[in-house]
Formats: sequence, structure tokens, C-alpha cells
Amino acid sequence: MFRKIAISAVSALTLAAGAATAETAEIHIHDVAFGFEGPFGKFDQNQLQRGLQVYTEVCSACHGMKYVPIRSLSEAGGPGLTDQQVRDYAEAFTVLDEASNHQLFDQDKGEYRPLKPSDNFPVNNTIGAPDLSLMAKARAGFHGPYGSGLNQLFKGMGGPEYIAAILNGYTETPACAPADFPNYYNSAFAPGGYPDECKIFEETVTEVTNPDGTVTTRTDKVEVGRMAPGSWIQMPPPLMDDQVTFADGSPATVEAMSHDAAAFLMWAAEPKLMARKQMGFVAVLMLTILSVLLYLTNKQLWSRVKVKKTHA
Amino acid sequence: MAGIPHDHYEPSTRAEQWLDDRLPIVGLAHATMTIPTPKNLNWMWIWGIILAFTLALQIVTGIILAMHYTPHVAMAFESVEHIMRDVNGGWAMRYLHANGASLFFLAVYLHIFRGLYYGSYKSPREVTWIIGMLIYLAMMATAFMGYVLPWGQMSFWGATVITGLFGAIPGIGESLQTWLLGGPAVDNATLNRFFSLHYLLPFVIAALVITHIWAFHTTGNGNPTGVEVRRTSKADAEKDTLPFWPYFVIKDFFALAVILVVFFAVVGFMPNYLGHPDNYTPANPLVTPSHIVPEWYFLPFYAILRAFTADVLIVQITDFLTFGIVDAKFFGVLAMFGSIAVMALAPWLDTSRVRSGRYRPMFKWWFAVLCVDFVVLTWVGSMPTTGIYPTISLYAAYYWFGYFLIVLPVLGLIEKPLPEPATIEEDFKSHYATPAE
Ligand code: HEC
Repeated sequence: MFRKIAISAVSALTLAAGAATAETAEIHIHDVAFGFEGPFGKFDQNQLQRGLQVYTEVCSACHGMKYVPIRSLSEAGGPGLTDQQVRDYAEAFTVLDEASNHQLFDQDKGEYRPLKPSDNFPVNNTIGAPDLSLMAKARAGFHGPYGSGLNQLFKGMGGPEYIAAILNGYTETPACAPADFPNYYNSAFAPGGYPDECKIFEETVTEVTNPDGTVTTRTDKVEVGRMAPGSWIQMPPPLMDDQVTFADGSPATVEAMSHDAAAFLMWAAEPKLMARKQMGFVAVLMLTILSVLLYLTNKQLWSRVKVKKTHA
Repeated sequence: MAGIPHDHYEPSTRAEQWLDDRLPIVGLAHATMTIPTPKNLNWMWIWGIILAFTLALQIVTGIILAMHYTPHVAMAFESVEHIMRDVNGGWAMRYLHANGASLFFLAVYLHIFRGLYYGSYKSPREVTWIIGMLIYLAMMATAFMGYVLPWGQMSFWGATVITGLFGAIPGIGESLQTWLLGGPAVDNATLNRFFSLHYLLPFVIAALVITHIWAFHTTGNGNPTGVEVRRTSKADAEKDTLPFWPYFVIKDFFALAVILVVFFAVVGFMPNYLGHPDNYTPANPLVTPSHIVPEWYFLPFYAILRAFTADVLIVQITDFLTFGIVDAKFFGVLAMFGSIAVMALAPWLDTSRVRSGRYRPMFKWWFAVLCVDFVVLTWVGSMPTTGIYPTISLYAAYYWFGYFLIVLPVLGLIEKPLPEPATIEEDFKSHYATPAE
């Protein structure tokens, strides 16, 4: 019991000192001025179509999108494909991971059938890449300051920005890493593997008072920081300049494609975004008018019993 | 009904008389709507209506969501996505419901702090206060279980952490936890019972709300002066009060409309701001999120839970004195529930004769610090348990307990209160002129 006290008291002190001096290389996500942000933001239909193309030609090789119905590509507030385009799109879609898409198995014919508009985008577990349906809402690009979350109030949650940052975040492997460290280095990705060689450790020496009264020391290594922001990601850099050819002649730089893909994934995660903002706008307007009317009613009503004292 | 003298309902037709003899329901509605209400109520007396409205909003949107939701571990997450994408207006119902919970807690905290400042908990309103605390506890249970239903990562891990608290109870803890979860870990049985209770509890809350209103309609409303309405005669009472309808109904509706402007702006423009992104990833028992944080409205009490770690002296002393039965983990759980218990005991801990903080010069400052303390606890509850944060949590937690257990009892004895107005009418007249007839 007293032994425990001695340990924790001393180590708590050294730890606090360590944390205060640590310098962690922080990940910084750039804000992107997407057209769908802000109270009046709208999806850019052309951008969504380009993003769909990037998803179809590049990302879908590894990533599924199982919560998104293909028919929603023609629904209001989305990429705005025609019904015929949606039918053609579904039929042309190659399902890479049939085993994970049992719903497509035709019992009578004993084989997998092509996609229909009423299907969802297929699951893709071939290399274990995460499903992208909700990715734009499942990550926050912005945090802080000091854990308050106030940044998100002004910039948004930063989900699409995070996706764009990942796609643009491939950089040279930091010099500290061993040559054979697996995967690719991404400066925007936090949860991946990180070699010990690139971590900053703080050694804490703890005095331990044993029950018999003798004092010994114990040394602990605690990670207090990292030399380079980001970590190692399993996803190979998916985009190269001019990897896709856009029908509208838009440039296909990595950055432009990353923004298009991010916008498309925002739509995939929140297909009712435009309807929602419109509801918000109408509700705020109506309730403001109602507030004014009620304010006047209230003032009129109470004027029967009170008036502001005039300080003469 | 006892209470402030006022006019009662008189059936004016034979049909009304007939009904009144059998069920005095019109009279009850009349008494409720015309109840004499202190005319000096300020803007902090609006939260009750906001809360009643929010309860109704949560029940209505919740019932609609339940029509499309599937409480099964393999289908819950998907059914929520189905609501968001395929059900007409489903996204609106879900965002209203999710953000409605935040509005509910914001309003309840302001309502509680109103009570703490103006001494609303004091005799004769202790029962109203206690029922209020029960409502608050039921709200926390309901919100906690509701957050589990979408079956995202935070749902699952939040449920695991919070039910784990019961596991910290010595002796029976583990069996109790298993019994609550319906199995050894958070799983389908847990999800099912949470859904069942999440549907049930709001109706318990509604019943408690009716009792809460019944209680304060018996004692009469408090008011910013803390001076009671005169009950000597109807004429005297009328000088201190105005009927609830229309004066306070219209005033409250105005406040409600303003608050709804903000609420709908949040729902329409940033509905996920108060949520956690991890909850858009389906629950996975094999992957623990890097930070498990509860919803913002639990953070103050979560901070208190985490404040009492094994290296805190008082925890070590307790551990020693109880032969290790109350270890750090159990101490934290006791502290968390204790922090609400001391608040519930405020009517008996506060020794001051004077009800309203307005006339208590020293109390005002201690109360202001309590408000700051609450904000600090909320913030620090979301921070990691490294560096300076545990120390901040600890001192903030000490202040919380200190306020109720030391400051409230002692202040009443040493403080010299300012003179209170003799009547509500006198206070009212010192602020407003009566309009010329
Ligand atoms: C060659 C296969 C492959 C392709 C092509 C690919 N990805 Fe990935 N992606 C992965 C894998 C594997 C992961 C998991 C990475 C990890 O956890 O280390 C991943 C992870 C991600 C993540 C999640 C990062 C996180 O925070 O967990 C995002 C976002 C992402 N990919 C977006 C895309 C987009 C957008 C495209 C198309 C432009 C794309 N990916 C193309 C394999 C791929």
C-alpha cells in the first residue's frame, strides 16, 4: 500500500515534467473552400460527377461504399445523373469482391448478376480498405483550440478536408525510419504504424520504496513526441496527375482530383445535405418572424402592467 | 386546491356542470392555466417551458425513429443509415432527436443553476427540487442508452466504459454488470434492453414532470426576490401576481421561439457539431477508439469520475481505512454519483435564511465560481488524462464538493444578507412604473 503511494507520487511528478517539455510534430489539415460549406452552400453537380468518376476509376478498386444506393446518383441534390445513365452505370460496374456481395448471387442461374440501380454500391474487402460511405463524417479534420472544438464552429468538421489531406499527404519517408519499414508514409494520417526510431522518448526514473525500507530505482521509457507528423499508411498513393480524363475538360491534377473525390464522398455520406440546409434556412427565417411577432405581442401585453422606469 | 387565493372555475352551462360533477378536468386545466404567478419573474424562468417542449419533441421524433430502427447488432447501424437516406424526412427526425438531447441538457443545466442561485430548492420547495433531481437522473440514463442505439464505435465503447463503472462496485460489481448487460459484454442483449428502456424512460420522465409541476403549483413559483406571494387575501395576492395565461405563456413562447432559431440553425447547418465522428464507424468490439469521450452533457461528471486517481491523497486514505474495499476506481464512481447527491441535498446543506442570491453578497461570488467550475469540468472532461489536466480536474472536483458541503452550510452562518423587499409588489415597483390608466 505505502509502496504504491511512493511510486505513484514520484512518477506523477516526472511525467508531468516530461509532458510539458515534449514537442510533438502536429498534423495540420488545410482548410479547403468547398462550395457546399456554410449555411447557403450547395454541391457543385459537375464536381460530384467528377468525384464519382474518380471513385469509380480509382478508389473503387479497393474501397466499397455499401450504404450508398446506386439509384441515389439520380436523386435531387446529388450528381444528377439521368435514370438511363444510372442504369448504364450500374450495369457497367465491375464487382471485384463477389464473395463479400452475396446479395448479388442469382440462385436460379447459379452465378453473380450485374448491379442494378436498386442495389447499393458493392462491398469491397479485397485488401481490407475501409468502406467510404461515411468516411467524410467519420473523420474530423479540425480540432481545438485546447479541445474546445471551437475551430469546427467556423471551418466545419473538416471531414472532406481530411480526405483531401490524406490523398495529398504522401511525402518522402522521414530519414529517421529504417529502410525496411512497411507501407507508405503519409503526413496527414495519424493512427498508422510508427517506427520507434522516429519517436521521442523520455526516460523517467522512479524511486521505489520497498516494504523492507530499501530504496531502489526503476527506469521507464515513455513516448512524449514524434519527429515527423503523420504515420505509415497501408494505402499506396492512389492518385497521379492525369490519372483520369474528365469529360468536362477540368484539370486532373492530384490536388484537383482529391477535392473532387472529397466533395463526392461528402455527398455519399450526407446525400440530404442540400435539403437539410434549405430546411435550416426556412426554419430560421420563419422562427425569426415568429419571434418578432411574439416579442411585439409580449411587449403589448405587459405594457398593461408595467412600463420601463424613466430615470429622470 | 390549496395555495395562493384566486378565482376558481365555475361551470357556466349545464353540460359543463354535468362533466364537472363527474370529472373536474376543465377545472384542472383552468386552475393550471390561470395559476397566479409572481409578476417579477425574469428571463431565467423560461427554461421550464423549453424543457417541456423538448420532452415533447424528443418523444415525437423518437417514436417516429423507432418505427424505422432495428435494435439488432447486425442491423442497427444500417437501419440508422436507412433512416438518413431512404425514409422521407428521416434525416430531419434523426438530427432533431440527436440535437434535441443537447438542447434538453443545456436547458436543464440552466434551469438547475437558476434554482441554485435563487434558492428555489429551499423550504417549502424541497420536494420539487428532489423530483427535479430524479428527472435529471432519468434524463441521463435515457440519453446514455439512446447514444448506444446507433451502434457506432462511440456507442459501443461508451456503453462498455460506463457499464464498467458498475463493475467497480466491490463484491457484487461484476455480477451486477453482467446482469445489466444481459451477458458478459456489451452485445445484442444489451442493445435490446437499452432500446426497450430508452423507449420507456421518457414516459417515466413525463410522469415525473407532471409531479414536479404539481409540487410547485402547490407551493407557488419561486421568484427572483425569494419573497413569497402574499396569501393574506385575494386582493393582496393579485398585487404580487399575474395569471399564467396570457402573461407568462406569451413570454415563454417568445423565449422558446428565439431558442428554436438557434436550435434549427444547429440542426440545419451543423448537425454533427456536437456528435463524435467515431460514431459514423460501425461498432467494432476488436478496435478501441483512441479517445473514448462521452457526450458533452456528461463531461462535468465524467471529469469528477476521473479526477480521483490512485495518487490522490484522499483516495489513498480511503483505500487504507476501508482495507482496499474503496479503491481508486470505486472512489471515482462514488464521487460521480456523490456529486449529484450533494446537489440534491442542497435544501438541507444551505443554512441561510435568505432564499435569493440577490440579497447574499458573499454567496454571489461563491456561486459565480461554481458556474466557472462547471464550465471547467465540462472542458477538462474531454481532455486526455495526462499532463496538467488531472490536476485541474481534481481541484475543480474539490470545489464542486466544497461548494455544497462547506460553503453553503458555513455562508448561511457568517454572511450578513442585504435587506429583502417586503413584498413582490414592492420589488416590481422599484423596477417598473405602473402605466398611467
Ligand atoms: C490500392 C488500394 C486503394 C486505392 C486505389 C485507394 N485506397 Fe484508400 N485505402 C486503402 C487502404 C488499404 C486503406 C487503409 C489504410 C490504413 O489503415 O493504413 C485506405 C484508407 C483510406 C482512407 C482512410 C484513412 C483513415 O483515416 O483511416 C481514406 C479516406 C481513403 N483511403 C480514401 C481513398 C480515396 C478517396 C481513394 C480514391 C482516390 C482511395 N482511397 C483509393 C487502399 C486504397
